[in-house]
Amino acid sequence: MADLFDKFDGMIRAREALNFEHASPIDVVMEQIISPTEAVIKGKRTILAGTNNYLGLTFDPRCIQAAHEALDKAGTGTTGSRVLNGTYSGHKALEAAIAKLYGTEHCMVFSTGFLANMASIGTLAGKDDVIVIDADSHASIYDACKMSDATIVRFKHNDPDDLDKRLRRLGTGSNVLIVVEGLYSMLGDKAPMKELVEVKNRHGAALMVDEAHSIGVFGETGCGVAQEAGVMHDVEFMVGTFSKSVGTIGGYCVSNHPKFEILRLAARPYMFTASLPPSVVASALKAVEILGSEPQHREKLWRNARQLHEGLTRAGFNLGAAPSPVVAVKIDDRDMTVRLWEQLLNNGVYVNLAMPPATPQGLNLLRCSLSAAHTEEQVSTIVDTFERLARSNSILSKPAA
Amino acid sequence: MSNALDEIVTLIAPLNRKGVAVTPSTTFATDLEWDSLTVMDFVAEMEDHFDIIIPLNLLPDLETVGQVADAVNGLIEKKNG
Repeated sequence: MADLFDKFDGMIRAREALNFEHASPIDVVMEQIISPTEAVIKGKRTILAGTNNYLGLTFDPRCIQAAHEALDKAGTGTTGSRVLNGTYSGHKALEAAIAKLYGTEHCMVFSTGFLANMASIGTLAGKDDVIVIDADSHASIYDACKMSDATIVRFKHNDPDDLDKRLRRLGTGSNVLIVVEGLYSMLGDKAPMKELVEVKNRHGAALMVDEAHSIGVFGETGCGVAQEAGVMHDVEFMVGTFSKSVGTIGGYCVSNHPKFEILRLAARPYMFTASLPPSVVASALKAVEILGSEPQHREKLWRNARQLHEGLTRAGFNLGAAPSPVVAVKIDDRDMTVRLWEQLLNNGVYVNLAMPPATPQGLNLLRCSLSAAHTEEQVSTIVDTFERLARSNSILSKPAA
Repeated sequence: MSNALDEIVTLIAPLNRKGVAVTPSTTFATDLEWDSLTVMDFVAEMEDHFDIIIPLNLLPDLETVGQVADAVNGLIEKKNG
């Protein structure tokens, strides 16, 4: 009998082919967390520029206090599923707060963002239905599709005309659920939501928008890209996560569908997993209130995002998309990407190393994400370190200004 | 009975970086060394070329060029009723 692990040989070879000398991403340990934007890594004080901690709320004293109080009052965990003993008043209050933020009738809270997609996409579309997804969708969307019995169709990334063409080919025989993201996490490019909604309406399909990287970041009250585009009322389902702007862990799905609540009895990733611990629920609730009512964090985040985007552009880097809190630096050569990532870390700047197949178009990326908690000086340091290291490796074509 | 094989071989050519001689038994993963994203993008190209929908659900069963051609032939016939 062969070894179960033989199937990973290709992956092992690919991993060994990467020329890490001092550190590799999966070995990075945050030895001490100093703030939302700084940690000690390998004994060195490091600026964190790859955490998705968009609003910097992980250390907000109000969120921490709410978590402390819930921990003292309700204990360390629920030890049960939402449909058994795992629904506390906190879970209901959090669902009510998110529904209020989105102006929807219904909200379900899940134990992670990944599970929110597994539960909502995987349950909503059954064997006679079709799910049409953007080609650059997150792994949780692809896996949710695998879990459902529906027919899965993919359309060209951020291309409403391509979606239109595929919906036309599908005809009118089946229910169609379209799934897109608000902001795509690798390149930081935003979905053309207004145009997607128009196509969706023309074909009578339902639309789900995953606002994982856009809640707290876009829109007047931080609901995401659909709100910013003014089409939120026209989106059937919105999902998202608490592990980015909300600063903890968990996920949600909101909707106005009159039968939505039946998902609590139909969605297995909701029913058969333990619910979020009270302290997590309490800090999420506080953070949702803050992100809806305090636009100053969003404004600071965007100032930081523009500063980083402008600085890196001026230095001559090739960036993935228009300014957003995700700024992806494209590097042509794979080995150079690895080397620069390591050098950035050794010089006190942590970013995300992103490579195929986790990236679109086979791109090698040094992916940065900004936080409202970054100072102007920290953003300058990120830009300067990028530029200095890239020049010392002779990979910037433009001469220093 | 339509036959998509020749057209599929032509569509593969620009992506055939290793210059493999493409026959019905050529595999996408081992012979052409395509990763899953390349395969999915190629599916989109075939969809547009033949004006059909090739659901991603079919992919696990399509390992060779011949299997893809059979599947595409079936989908074309289904479309034409």
